[in-house]
Amino acid sequence: MTLPKTFFGRSKTFAVLSIMLSMIVLMSFVVNNTRINNNANKEVKDSVQSVKAFMEVYKVLMSPRCMNCHPSGDVPLQGDDSHLHTMSPTRGKDGKGVYAMKCSNCHQPENSPGPNAPPGDPNWHLPPSNMKMVFQGRTPYQLAKQIMDRKLNGNKSKEQLIAHADDGLVLAGWNPGEGRTVPPLSHEEFKKAWITWIQTGAYAPSPKSK
Amino acid sequence: MINLTINKKNYEVDVDPNTPLLWVLRDTLGLVGTKYGCGVAQCGACVVHLNGEAVRSCVTKVSRAVDQKVVTIEGLSENNDHPLQKAWMELDVPQCGYCQSGQIMSAAVLLRENKNPTDQDIYNAMEGNICRCGTYLRIQKAIKLAAEIQRKDL
Repeated sequence: MTLPKTFFGRSKTFAVLSIMLSMIVLMSFVVNNTRINNNANKEVKDSVQSVKAFMEVYKVLMSPRCMNCHPSGDVPLQGDDSHLHTMSPTRGKDGKGVYAMKCSNCHQPENSPGPNAPPGDPNWHLPPSNMKMVFQGRTPYQLAKQIMDRKLNGNKSKEQLIAHADDGLVLAGWNPGEGRTVPPLSHEEFKKAWITWIQTGAYAPSPKSK
Repeated sequence: MINLTINKKNYEVDVDPNTPLLWVLRDTLGLVGTKYGCGVAQCGACVVHLNGEAVRSCVTKVSRAVDQKVVTIEGLSENNDHPLQKAWMELDVPQCGYCQSGQIMSAAVLLRENKNPTDQDIYNAMEGNICRCGTYLRIQKAIKLAAEIQRKDL
């Protein structure tokens, strides 16, 4: 059986166009990815700007919505006055509580309705017992150093730290449920300060800063 | 319609998916051993097991229980002979009794995960269950006794 010449002609044109189109798509992907990586790695050291940005970040990290789950002990904090969580639930090995007192027994995948009812998130937890990531009581200097120390930050690189600003549990701080205040900066402002701090060298403020 | 498996039985219920599991258990299915206390996960009277975990059914939407395993106090044992139930009867733990099904359901998770709990383990597990009659000391003793019974039964 023979096929007409026009069939081969059209197939050839189609094949050439397909290859060209694939190359354009591939190139745009590479260019785009390079741009993203460049952004993540773009570091222009500026200690003044970096410290200034961290002091904004610090205000958020020390607000009850962040600090309450980064306590110095093994019991989380609660409320805008950061008192010890009623019922004294404990951290447990994985940060998700113990026995009949696991976080998700009360904290649902979403906020429970009503003032001061348990706030929720599908992944509600404290940092695990082998990586406590304490915020409570830390000075700006101590906290900045701690966050950038891979032995104390869950082995996060700068890129991973930047991505962490959009973590579900971080975002939950700005959706705390009825009866709770939100952090002093919007999430957008926080993220901007966070990225600025990291990309300008992640400098720690002076040990005397408060 | 919502499909639920409670105490190894399948149910099909026509309720709003946002309804607290507690109200489906009590009002729709008549399983009234689980009690309403505070409605905001503060007291522990409404504890049931959801896939083995001691959830507070007053804040747990019934949608979270769809196609999962729920166990209430009515299904903890076949003949009221769970080691905790034996110990509770032996030591006459309840006074008014209102909080006791929640207490037992919480203690059951403790004993499943820790066969020989210390006093501190018991505090850590039971801090979220309030008893207005103050039966805490008997609860503490009964959990220790239940652990003993459980170890002998095994």
